[in-house]
Amino acid sequence: MEHPVQIAGLTYAYGEGALRREVLRDVELRVAPGEIVILTGPSGSGKTTLLTLAGALRAVQSGSCRVLGRELAGAREGERVALRRRIGFIFQNHNLLGFLTARQNVAMALELDGDTTEAGRLERAGRILAAVGLEEHADKLPAHLSGGQRQRVAVARALVGRPGLILADEPTAALDRASGQEVVHLLRDLARSRGAAILLVTHDPRILDVADRIVAMEDGRVVANAGESAATTGGRAAAADQHGL
Amino acid sequence: MNAIGDLRPALRGALRPPGFLAGLWLAVRLAWRQLRSEKARLASAIAGVMFACVLVFMQLGFRAALFESATTLISAMRADLFLMSPMTLASFRPETIPRARVSQALAVEAVAAAVPVYLAQATFRNPESGRRRTIQLIGFDMEAGVLDLPGLAPIRDALKQPDSFAFDSRSRPEFGPVPRLFAERGPFPAQIGNREMRVVGLVELGSSFGADGNAVLSEVNFRRAVRERPAALVDLAAIRLRPGADPLQAQAALRAVMPPDVAVLTGEELRAHERRYWEEATPIGFIFSFGSLMGLIVGMVIVYQILFSDIAGHLREYATLKAMGYSNTHLAHTVLGSAAILALLGFLPGTLVSSILYGVVADATFLPLAMGVERAGWVFLMIFAMCAAAGLLALRKLRDADPADMF
Repeated sequence: MEHPVQIAGLTYAYGEGALRREVLRDVELRVAPGEIVILTGPSGSGKTTLLTLAGALRAVQSGSCRVLGRELAGAREGERVALRRRIGFIFQNHNLLGFLTARQNVAMALELDGDTTEAGRLERAGRILAAVGLEEHADKLPAHLSGGQRQRVAVARALVGRPGLILADEPTAALDRASGQEVVHLLRDLARSRGAAILLVTHDPRILDVADRIVAMEDGRVVANAGESAATTGGRAAAADQHGL
Repeated sequence: MNAIGDLRPALRGALRPPGFLAGLWLAVRLAWRQLRSEKARLASAIAGVMFACVLVFMQLGFRAALFESATTLISAMRADLFLMSPMTLASFRPETIPRARVSQALAVEAVAAAVPVYLAQATFRNPESGRRRTIQLIGFDMEAGVLDLPGLAPIRDALKQPDSFAFDSRSRPEFGPVPRLFAERGPFPAQIGNREMRVVGLVELGSSFGADGNAVLSEVNFRRAVRERPAALVDLAAIRLRPGADPLQAQAALRAVMPPDVAVLTGEELRAHERRYWEEATPIGFIFSFGSLMGLIVGMVIVYQILFSDIAGHLREYATLKAMGYSNTHLAHTVLGSAAILALLGFLPGTLVSSILYGVVADATFLPLAMGVERAGWVFLMIFAMCAAAGLLALRKLRDADPADMF
């Protein structure tokens, strides 16, 4: 099976001419189906830029970046937008729409799929909110939820469209230890049950334990790679199937 | 459900996006949900659109009332064609034509009757305060039935008495309480120019920008009131054709007969001539167009502010939607959808308020102001365009929502 993320020889620079500053240098990275990879490194090491490139949020300058079977080098804007619909994003802040309930926020991720109906979308949103433990809170506005609950809604929103890849940037930064742990473990369990790979950028040492592999970056290069694990998540996925999703 | 089943969606190719209409519906629904969530902001946006709407309605109303009142007299005449001096700019200040032209018109086969009409402005002394104001005198042969005014038929014989005239009850109130005095006393003396005459009845015509009030007289009494006018000169001739005659053919025939000191016009052409004077030779038409434009600009700025701050205040959310795979087009539809909703929500109460104001202003100014479907349609188009322009301007802010900055 093709890896959800296959990056080779990826180089990226901001600015031009004398101001040109390379932030990624000849980066190699592969993420296997169902694998959870944590990217760590000091700020400025290029890990966030790597995440935005893998998320088709930036145009690739040189090198190869294959995500979910699509080569992003030379991809047009429209192709990148289409690919993003198959990726789940989780941000440092929840970035939920304040005027929509939790359920409506989650359903927004499904409105991009023309094969869904309104009733179907709300029903699926309700089921995944139940899976993140927010059954009672599905019809509340984000303002009426705690920080941890909001981030769980964001996790539900990222996962409801059954993405093949989940990209998360410091998802626990705004949370206390307990809620942070809870959110990350939910993310891991739900992603495994769906066979989705996760690429997660974090500074937070408390959540490193969820990773199958930790990739350290420094100065635009991958400096430590705990060795690519085989994609053996099938068994785990079956185990996590008790969520019934 | 097994692991393979779970993986399948992930391996599916690109999603089929919703169809255009379904996508548009979702975008507009999102816009409505966003607008609805902030009641105070929504209310101020609607008030802004309403304000623009009322302003435009009033300006266009005045403009149309002006043009309409300028042609009230001509519209009230039962005639198929008119003879007029080509030098006449507007009927309230006519140039004369020789009376002989009226008789000459009868030479054309299709003409059934040709009636001279006399127009002049004279002063009328307010019977209560004694102050003088300029009034429009309209003189014609009472038997010819050329002017069809409400109230004229029963007093036709009374108007044949020497020095009698009928007062237009829809004249401006500055002429004095003539209708009330007439109702109390019956015919009473009143002064036109320097001549003592009698009000013998009331007709309804309406004031205009050219004339604050009107008095209707017989041909003979007109000459008594306006002594300096030679009998051989008339201001307008109303021509009625035989039943079944083609007005355009008759017009051509009359033109062939008449010397160049007379223009032959249809009623429509004469009204257009009259309107053109007010539109082009006076600043009034421009003033009202300018007023409408100002209303639209103020409304646009208000709507733009609302839409812009909605986007600026939710840049992270918009960027998140872009990261999730929402296209710029979809988000543009959302912003323009907001604009369209505001247009509609402001237009409906704005139209209602304008209808009420039309009534109030018509009572105060005696101008013919009325809400019409056609004007409402035009105003809706203008308000819609105003909101769309505000939306398009606000769209530029959407570019600042860059999903790459989200991480």
